[in-house]
Amino acid sequence: MSFEMPQFALAAPEIGLAIMVCVVLIADLFDRSQQARLAFVLTQLTLLGAMGVAIYTHWGSEPTLTFNGMYISDSLAGLLKAATAGLAALTLAYSRDYLRERGLLKGEFYLLALIATLGMFVMASAASLLVLYMGLELLSLSLYALVAFDRESRAGSEAAMKYFILGALASGMLLYGMSMLYGAAGSLLISDIAAATSAGDNLLLMSFGMTFALVGVAFKFGAAPFHMWVPDVYQGAPTAVTAFLGSAPKVAALALFLRLLAEGLGDLHDQWQIMAIILAVGSLAVGNLFALVQTNFKRMLAYSTISHIGFLFLGLIAGSDEGYAAALFYAISYGIMAAGAFGIIMLLSGKGFEAEMIDDLRGLNERHSGVALVVLLLMFSMTGIPGTIGFYAKWLVLQALIEAGLVWLAIVAVIFAVIGAFYYLRVLKAVYFDRLQEPSVLGASAAQKMVVFGNGALVLGLGLFPDALITLCRTALGL
Amino acid sequence: MLQGWPLLSLLIWLPIVGGVGVLLSSQNNPDRARWLGLGVAGLVFALALALWGGFEAGTAGMQFVERTAWIDAFGIDYALGVDGIAMPLVVLTAFATLLVVIAAWEVVQYKPAQYLAAFLIMEGIMIGVFSALDAILFYVFFEAMLIPMFLIIGIWGGPNRIYATLKFFLYTFLGSVMMLVALIYLRTEAGSFAIADLYGLNLPLGTQTLVFLAFLAAFAVKVPMFPVHTWLPDAHVEAPTGGSVILAAITLKIGGYGFLRFSLPITPEASLALDWLLIGLSLIAVVYIGLVAMVQADLKKLIAYSSIAHMGFVTLAFFLIFRIVAGGGTEDSALLALQGGMVQMISHGFVSAAMFLCVGVLYDRMHTRRIADYGGVANRMPVFAGFFVLFAMANAGLPGTSGFVGEFMVILASFQAGFWYAAVAGLTLILGAAYSLWMIKRVVYGPVNNEAVEALSDINRRELVLLGGLAAVIVLFGVYPAPLLDVMEPSLNALLRIVLATP
Repeated sequence: MSFEMPQFALAAPEIGLAIMVCVVLIADLFDRSQQARLAFVLTQLTLLGAMGVAIYTHWGSEPTLTFNGMYISDSLAGLLKAATAGLAALTLAYSRDYLRERGLLKGEFYLLALIATLGMFVMASAASLLVLYMGLELLSLSLYALVAFDRESRAGSEAAMKYFILGALASGMLLYGMSMLYGAAGSLLISDIAAATSAGDNLLLMSFGMTFALVGVAFKFGAAPFHMWVPDVYQGAPTAVTAFLGSAPKVAALALFLRLLAEGLGDLHDQWQIMAIILAVGSLAVGNLFALVQTNFKRMLAYSTISHIGFLFLGLIAGSDEGYAAALFYAISYGIMAAGAFGIIMLLSGKGFEAEMIDDLRGLNERHSGVALVVLLLMFSMTGIPGTIGFYAKWLVLQALIEAGLVWLAIVAVIFAVIGAFYYLRVLKAVYFDRLQEPSVLGASAAQKMVVFGNGALVLGLGLFPDALITLCRTALGL
Repeated sequence: MLQGWPLLSLLIWLPIVGGVGVLLSSQNNPDRARWLGLGVAGLVFALALALWGGFEAGTAGMQFVERTAWIDAFGIDYALGVDGIAMPLVVLTAFATLLVVIAAWEVVQYKPAQYLAAFLIMEGIMIGVFSALDAILFYVFFEAMLIPMFLIIGIWGGPNRIYATLKFFLYTFLGSVMMLVALIYLRTEAGSFAIADLYGLNLPLGTQTLVFLAFLAAFAVKVPMFPVHTWLPDAHVEAPTGGSVILAAITLKIGGYGFLRFSLPITPEASLALDWLLIGLSLIAVVYIGLVAMVQADLKKLIAYSSIAHMGFVTLAFFLIFRIVAGGGTEDSALLALQGGMVQMISHGFVSAAMFLCVGVLYDRMHTRRIADYGGVANRMPVFAGFFVLFAMANAGLPGTSGFVGEFMVILASFQAGFWYAAVAGLTLILGAAYSLWMIKRVVYGPVNNEAVEALSDINRRELVLLGGLAAVIVLFGVYPAPLLDVMEPSLNALLRIVLATP
């Protein structure tokens, strides 16, 4: 193999992000504010810049392979990176007050988030199993550390431990599957694997590898029956971390799926489809039914995440570009909603007080009607009521399913959506219908409220004018 | 003059923006909220009248059409337009909302700005439902309607409001998601979401039946038809007066409108094949629910059940057309049935609104809805009693009121379908008279045997305006329904042609 100079310019987002990781690491040392202000500002600027660079570098170009075919630059990578960076910036914007009140406001928090984002970027552009795995581990290790960020918290440590062990198990599965794929195709490059599957080489070994890979992906998504870590980790981690964990990494997990199972093993669609159906319906059932009985808001949102992942999988099941575009739209819009929901918890939490129970939302309409309105939008968006972004996410998935001839699955999905509506409405019941004797004033900073309103405006705005985002998602998949 | 304006967009977005404006500007100033709300509702009503004025009665086509690309990726347009079926309902919506705003004046004390904003936003959304020409746009408005209504019942409702509002939401949500699946399926056949493109697809009967049932799930819950009607009494009883008015006057009509706009023209063969089901359920609603209404001890529940019975009459009219034609009737008789159903919907909008407002007037004074707590109201509130009796008569279908016109037309037409249909449908007049008049006897007449009734004061000027306005409209359409009929006829005729084109 002759040496060929890689096109470094195509990897500009990753290279820039890696440089900024170092810059933040050093700059934080010279920050005397004790508030990690410099790290925060630099991180946010970096993430916003990375959005722009990712779009500028990748968007609209023909798919180009470089670094010996291990790195791909295409529109999909551009959108995935822009979405992860944007969602990361959104969730981090909520975090300052919350972390300060808990003595956790340190530069390392933002640094780890930045490294996690770098990992997601690498995954989005991976064209080789090794690169994919590397990005995934970069993301996962940062997340383990983030979950354990509150060293004093027993729940946090327990959550981190669980997350680490189960995550390592999942990574092991994935790696095992990848090794089989490598054995079957004789190459680590995803394009070679795709060629080998369509040629029908070593189909049995390939199917085994695919199965393990799918299990690994399902673990990372948190799809039932591989969902056990989700509720504990979501509940145990500091809410600022949960918000981060609940939004951008879902888009990255989708990147993993799209690169590995859609692009690499698309010809095995018939075989992974049935497994994905089990994952999807299982997640819908487990997520929705368990969420019904939760009294802890964070835990309820964790189960609701599982149900949303189930819905997202339905888009993947369709196996068409339409379906993948729908899943992409779903992941992005879910990220926006999840950021808002956990952001609300952060907003309501005070010093030494974690507003994580549904009861803590009681009478919010009397305390602050604007914030209550945002909760309303978020909950209806998660339910899938029009006027909010959540409706279009569900609609696109149903559209893809029905076009693929899976009407029965669409009916199952909407029935679970109705079941799911109940627990979202329960939150709204607390917010709007429960009245307090003496409503206390909401003690949140103006900046934090602005972020909440911005997030609400995003849910509503994209709910009224979804066309741009839908077109972006479809263009990214070549539609 | 107004033809060039985006009048429908104004009718939709003015109340929504106005509602948000009320919310933003007047949270802590109830008086400003009330005047602002009244101003917006009044302006919208004026625009709705302008819509009526500018409407050309002679044609069946969509008028005031607006079309802008909305979701390009799927060719979905923001397409609006009204025909003779939708236009009267739009005007009715604007009228009912104006009534609700006035009715709430000093009655609603808990967060009046939010109350008014919810109703104004609801108004915009409902007008959107009636004027959407694209199925997804229709669905968006259709579902979004749940949000304000959920809050209205849940925040300002009675003691059992949370149960009622959750039941209302989940029932209607389950129905409408089935419709969404059907609409998406239809797009794969028609290649477009425009409602007009979904007509005349000639799907095989099996598929049509499934689509029909999905539509039925959505609209039967909205109407509501027996046996999925049970959310309505709960919702009505717990809702505040304004909520009951909007529910009865408008949202129920959306179910009927859906049958005309979707079920009949998109799945005509399935409608024909399953008309026995719809007719059967409608007749059960007319007779059984009418009897149930009679034994209610709660005023609002009685009116709620009477609404179900009246709406059963409407669905009966819509689905009887096949039998009328099959029974040797002319297309004119079928048209008569459709027209009768439509007139009945509009009339019921006025009458049920009036009845709920009357109950509201009583409730504000006595804080009870139990019929047994009243008696002899006429002695203390003679003016009110006069109105209440008039409305109850209209509810029973007394000639000279709008309630009579629709019922008479439908019964006349149903003779063509067969004597027994007409006979059972005619029971509605008897049962309606029975429960309405018996209720009047117990509430309005008789001796005063309750101290609270003794202390009642007659209606004030605001209530007089409300009830007087409604009484005028009810009598006007009772003696001179021609304007309404002229507006509807061409559109209903065109609809009938589509429905009966396929044998």
